[in-house]
Amino acid sequence: MTDAGFIEIENVHFSRGDTDIFRGVSLSIPRGKVTAIMGPSGTGKTTLLKLIGGQLAPDSGRVIIDGQDVHQLSRKALFRLRKRMGMLFQSGALFSDLDVFENVAFPIRVHTDLPDAMVRDIVLLKLQAVGLRGARHLMTSELSGGMARRVALARAVALDPELILYDEPFVGQDPISMGVLVQLIKRLNQALSLTSVVVSHDIKETLSIADYLYLIADGEVVAHGTPQSLDVHDDPRVSQFMHGEPDGPVPFHYPAKSLYDDILSEDATIRVG
Amino acid sequence: MKRSKTMEFGVGLFMLAGIVGLVFLGLRVSGLSLSAPTETFRLEANFANIGGLKPRARVTMAGVTVGRVEAVELDTEWYDARVVMSLDSELEGQLSRDTTAAILTAGLLGEQYVGLSVGGDPEVLENGDSIRDTQSALVLEELIQQFVSTMAKG
Amino acid sequence: MPEHVSQSLARITRLGRRCCDVLEALGRAGLFLVQSAFSMPSREGFRLWLRQMHFVGVLSLAIVLVSGLFIGMVLALQGYTILVDFGAEQALGQMVALSLLRELAPVVAALLFAGRAGSALTAEIGLMKATEQLTSMEMIGVDPLRRVVAPRLWAGFISLPILTVGFSVVGIWGGYLVGVEWLGVFEGSYWSNMQANVTFIDDIGNGIIKSLVFAVVVTWIAVFQGYDLVPTSEGISRATTRTVVYSSLAVLGLDFVLTAVMFGGL
Ligand SMILES: Nc1ncnc2c1ncn2[C@@H]1O[C@H](COP(=O)(O)OP(=O)(O)OP(=O)(O)O)[C@@H](O)[C@H]1O
Ligand SMILES: [Mg+2]
Repeated sequence: MTDAGFIEIENVHFSRGDTDIFRGVSLSIPRGKVTAIMGPSGTGKTTLLKLIGGQLAPDSGRVIIDGQDVHQLSRKALFRLRKRMGMLFQSGALFSDLDVFENVAFPIRVHTDLPDAMVRDIVLLKLQAVGLRGARHLMTSELSGGMARRVALARAVALDPELILYDEPFVGQDPISMGVLVQLIKRLNQALSLTSVVVSHDIKETLSIADYLYLIADGEVVAHGTPQSLDVHDDPRVSQFMHGEPDGPVPFHYPAKSLYDDILSEDATIRVG
Repeated sequence: MKRSKTMEFGVGLFMLAGIVGLVFLGLRVSGLSLSAPTETFRLEANFANIGGLKPRARVTMAGVTVGRVEAVELDTEWYDARVVMSLDSELEGQLSRDTTAAILTAGLLGEQYVGLSVGGDPEVLENGDSIRDTQSALVLEELIQQFVSTMAKG
Repeated sequence: MPEHVSQSLARITRLGRRCCDVLEALGRAGLFLVQSAFSMPSREGFRLWLRQMHFVGVLSLAIVLVSGLFIGMVLALQGYTILVDFGAEQALGQMVALSLLRELAPVVAALLFAGRAGSALTAEIGLMKATEQLTSMEMIGVDPLRRVVAPRLWAGFISLPILTVGFSVVGIWGGYLVGVEWLGVFEGSYWSNMQANVTFIDDIGNGIIKSLVFAVVVTWIAVFQGYDLVPTSEGISRATTRTVVYSSLAVLGLDFVLTAVMFGGL
């Protein structure tokens, strides 16, 4: 049991319309560790988190969390499982009809019967951790993008879940809050021995907190290993990504015909003619 | 907290206004009286011609409404119209057997209703009985025709 | 020959697919209604419902009452000019009350409700979907059908009949203002004629049944359009338009059916 990961993703296939997003992805996310998932934009990292959270169902393959197959669970059991997870959405997804305080209090109020004073204490502590205790009376429309994301992070960890899925936690943060967030994720992980999954493009920050790394591209796991082992990986795709080089085997462009062909194509000439 | 109090108050007022409005419609507009629905009994009457009498029309005695027309149907035995009325049960066992029923018109073009007037027979009408002595509706066209023909004769 | 055949086959296939799509959407909408409307009530749910009653009901009151007043006044004015030719102007009260109670109040209030509250419900839920608020609620382990949809549905179901009653009352009062105060119809005959010819069950009761049916249909369309839309700004604007168009058509069509059943001797 301790050997098997907290999350096991087994040979998952997933497609949207005609495009295949995953062609057999398998990965194992160990309990109590920070696992980072990286890959070019648009490869399906967000989609992978949604598969783990049970919002999307794979075409084939299984996602197993703590021994339970997520997509075989009844609606009720799935909701019960979700109480043990926190998810930071890429867009923040704060509730627009509640203020900052109530947003963070929301999971606590719906899942526990704690008295108001205690809810208040917990919420203030969580907001303090992301540096926004003073902003608790603001409505979500009055927050900047980076602030909204930090509130969303406070909400995701409000119940101290066993598993937290972070979708791009560092986007839109200044260097100081970035450093604070990196520390926060690390501390949460160590102090409460949470299992964390971090999706991010910020290589330096991610490498500094991740225990293990998966690199996804073209619907497959391209490489995986500890940060050190990937840094010196000999696959050119891996080193291109890890060192941020624009030219290399990983395409920067969404699949298309060559630029030359596209410009000289039928519809362009018709418009000119 | 304050805002939600005024909101709750507003919603409470809104619901209350709905109930008050309904009571207004009931009492003032439909003339519903608060007394319990009165017991009724049924009488039938056959008319040669009912004119424009409709179900739910009033049944009156000396101008006082005492019931409503329940149904109007064709009696296939005599090929005349059978009118079923429901009357205030206070009148059950009070109307003499020779009570007459007439179809009257309120004003020249007004709606038609049934007028009852009692006779002197000691025997009385019971639930489900039939009124024998009836007077059909005045049909305006027939009236004019009669008038014209008597004028011509005279 | 085979060209023709294959073309008409393709046309039939398209028709079939359209029918399947429509049926599927109806099925989804029906399931959605049952799942969300009949979820367990709770204390929290009551508070959420109260809040929606405020948005959907109380805030629609002003527009509904003002429209009711004007419609009652116009009815009295139009009715008077016709009735006075027959010397039957004392029947004005009856005419105003019956037109309002049976037809105009349920229908016009429902149309106003679709425009005022229905479109707002669609846009609000649509925006919650587009900004992933509904998904994040699901991830927190809260069913948005219970938390977001159910209070709005019940608020709509209960508000519209109340608004319809308000519409009738104000309309009858508007008819009184024009008919009695301005045109000089005898006050006693305005009310007594009304009371003699309006029955509680048949006229007022049927009007309220109509408004209940409209309330369910309009709120259902509005909330489902919001929940089912494509989560983009264009999707939201389209869904809002669809809410108003579909609910108006549904109200007018259902009104004919209900009228035929209730008053048409069917
Ligand atoms: N709702 C959707 N409908 C259709 N296609 C979608 C939808 N959402 C995402 N996609 C497609 O799925 C692919 C993966 O999307 P996803 O959001 O998972 O990418 P990502 O790896 O998270 O990218 P990023 O790093 O930019 O956030 C993309 O190519 C996108 O075009
Ligand atoms: Mg993403």
